[in-house]
Amino acid sequence: MPFNTLLTIFIVVIAFAFFAGQRRALKLKSDGSSLHSLPFYHGTWLIIVGVLPAIIILLVWSLLDSSVIRSVVLSELPASLMSVSAAEKNLLFSEIANLADGQTASPNADVLAPIADRYLLLQSMSGKLKLGLALIVSVIGFGLGWLRLKPDFRARNRFESTVKIILMSCASLAILTTVGIVFSVLFEAMRFFDSVSILEFIFGTHWSPQIAIREDQVGSSGAFGAVPLFVGTMLISAVAMIVAVPIGLMSAIYLSEYAGPKFRAYAKPLLEILAGVPTVVYGFFAAITVAPMLRDFGESIGMSVSSESALAAGLVMGVMIIPFVSSLSDDVINAVPQSLRDGSFGLGATHSETIRRVIIPAALPGIVGAILLAVSRAIGETMIVVMAAGLSANLTINPLETVTTVTVQIVTLLVGDQEFDSPKTLAAFALGLMLFVTTLCLNIVALYVVRKYREQYD
Amino acid sequence: MSRSTIDIVNRNLAKRYAKEKRFRLFGLVSILAGLAALCFLMVTIVSTGWGAFTQSYIQLTLDLDPEVLSISDPQDDDQWSYANYTGVIKKSLRERFPDVTSRRDKKRLYRIVSPGAGYQVNQLMQDRSLLGQTVTVWLPADDDVDSVIKGHIDRSLPENERRVSDKKLSLIDELVNSGQLKRKFNNIFFTAGDSSEPEQAGIKGAMLGSFFTLIVALLLSFPIGVAAAIYLEEFAPKNAWTDFIEVNINNLAAVPSIVFGLLGLAVFLNWFGLPRSVPLVGGIVLTLMTLPTIIISSRVALKSVPPSIREAALGLGASKMQTIFDHVLPLALPGMLTGGIIGMAQALGETAPLLMIGMVAFIVDIPGSFTDPATVLPVQIFLWSDSPERAFVERTSGAIMVLLMFLILMNSIAVLLRKRFERRW
Repeated sequence: MPFNTLLTIFIVVIAFAFFAGQRRALKLKSDGSSLHSLPFYHGTWLIIVGVLPAIIILLVWSLLDSSVIRSVVLSELPASLMSVSAAEKNLLFSEIANLADGQTASPNADVLAPIADRYLLLQSMSGKLKLGLALIVSVIGFGLGWLRLKPDFRARNRFESTVKIILMSCASLAILTTVGIVFSVLFEAMRFFDSVSILEFIFGTHWSPQIAIREDQVGSSGAFGAVPLFVGTMLISAVAMIVAVPIGLMSAIYLSEYAGPKFRAYAKPLLEILAGVPTVVYGFFAAITVAPMLRDFGESIGMSVSSESALAAGLVMGVMIIPFVSSLSDDVINAVPQSLRDGSFGLGATHSETIRRVIIPAALPGIVGAILLAVSRAIGETMIVVMAAGLSANLTINPLETVTTVTVQIVTLLVGDQEFDSPKTLAAFALGLMLFVTTLCLNIVALYVVRKYREQYD
Repeated sequence: MSRSTIDIVNRNLAKRYAKEKRFRLFGLVSILAGLAALCFLMVTIVSTGWGAFTQSYIQLTLDLDPEVLSISDPQDDDQWSYANYTGVIKKSLRERFPDVTSRRDKKRLYRIVSPGAGYQVNQLMQDRSLLGQTVTVWLPADDDVDSVIKGHIDRSLPENERRVSDKKLSLIDELVNSGQLKRKFNNIFFTAGDSSEPEQAGIKGAMLGSFFTLIVALLLSFPIGVAAAIYLEEFAPKNAWTDFIEVNINNLAAVPSIVFGLLGLAVFLNWFGLPRSVPLVGGIVLTLMTLPTIIISSRVALKSVPPSIREAALGLGASKMQTIFDHVLPLALPGMLTGGIIGMAQALGETAPLLMIGMVAFIVDIPGSFTDPATVLPVQIFLWSDSPERAFVERTSGAIMVLLMFLILMNSIAVLLRKRFERRW
């Protein structure tokens, strides 16, 4: 059933339930009894019992039915096709779906035709069952709800507790997202570690994930030692932090301690534009402008700079992170109580001495927290490195050479054709797991440090 | 002889003041360095992208001869769709330059018009009454010709180091002199989908893809984010579950965006079997990514509504739910909308998670719904940035300018909204 029809039906049913409930309540009222709740709530009560369960059934069913049908269909494959790999099963399934769609050009058409029919049958059965179940639940709910509409029925309380549950489930979505991330990344990573040992992954120094398609090709094994990626990521992040931390921190100090209100009013938003520029724009800028510039400059002074050097990506990433460091440090510097400054001035210190000897030590935990958050930003940054850093996994700490990073490898492994049983694809999830765990630890530590520090002066 | 304190102070004072000055200067230089980087970025983008908004067009007189088009039966729709539209252009070019005779030179001649120009003729001939008539049209020139017109090709180089040969240059000069080759506003850039020919490539497909994706993200993330904020700010009891929700929200705000892409790939595509490359899935992934931003800003907006409003409503006998939905929420809504728009601006610029769910395919068709394969503006920029042709570099910068325009627009709306409805209690 097309989405628009479904939507129209829902609106009509909701309106019907609401007005039925409201009319009923008004009728009760005009009969002379005093209602516990406003008639509005009687209307909403019928929506809650009459429509809400049906919506939930439809949603859950629609989300699950395609994978259920898929597994049923695949379990009924003839024995000759049962023993194939998961990837081939995927192909078979899409063939079946195509056959069901009416396209007959398939190598196994004669074998698969009955299964395609079965697939169609299952699909239409599932659709009918879904609508039928929703309708039955809806009618029963509506009927039972109708019987409960009495003058002393606490419709408002029912409505409010339902709304509260809805609000809570929206808030809990954050937990569901985290759980989703952890499980999706963890499961695939576990499957990866079935074929590649976890020690080799973490301590191996050779990375070449290209696996030969045929068994007899040369270099067919692939190597999954992720150390070059970790080193590359850290190298680029380090370059970025060398740019971002001094500039960001000094900007924050100048803005909060020296700048007049007018300068601050213009400079701060302008600086924050840097944070709003999409990363893909920085990536383009790094690849097209900064990298060639560095290469030409290196040539002119007789150094060989790779055209995909870690330096170019790191520099541009540093520029992107400047406002991040500066606005977070600005907050912590402003949180240092004025009395500390006054005390220092009173002892005859100059402004810069006050800043260096009093304010920065006092704000240090907050600044460290800000820098940790910035590091986690830099590690997880994707587009700049995808566009400006290279693909070859060199184990080097020379920023003039090409390195690759965890995020670059995730993107290259997952963009394009994917087979969900090859270690090559699964490796991306293992890398994703490392990335998630690392940034999570950094964030937790940083948030803890910042919070602890805030409490100190509150 | 003991010196007095003031002497010790005075001895170092000049040094200390100099240090003070240096420190202050260093701060100012830092800010200026940041701003200079911003300036440099913008100037580079605008100066390379400016050319993308114009394009060289060649004026040709086309004889829409049914014979050349190989349309023998005007009633037959198949013949119309497979008609030889390029043939008409070639014929017109041969007639315009009758002295070009050799095979190689003819081939070179045909290459001054965009290889995809047949499509424009096809579009023109949607009006079927034109069959057999003669029309004068402006057709897009090839990207090499465009580069010559825009001055990107150095004519002083020897011929074999140049992309464009001397013969082609003379053809171009002749057309320019007769007024038949001009730079005009680049319509195609705003009305076409992606193409492998730069002069035929446009951003309409990507813009619509972005639009559909953002609509999904907005429709999901704003209500859910506001609801979550209301719960956390107004109803949540102080217990472990609430704390756990808060920790999760704060962490999700700092999780790298590509991880959300992995989530989308593993859960929505593989598990639920949703289709690849569609705005619907992109919107859901971006929803999960922007939710923390929206929740946090909505909570700030709710917090800024003074307790006296709540107390007054409660005092008049409203229930807690009525107080919040009828009195607190309307006052907090402008602040929430500001947060929502900023979240959407963030989502508009996001690329990495959408690469994971396959919105990175080469898609020529312009998407018409939430479930058509589509790409989005930042991904289009990423795709074009891989092409080495000068014309694509120009279009990439042009697309970036369009993207930045949208971002500026959204942020300005957010700022205006905040200014307009900001209230001091």
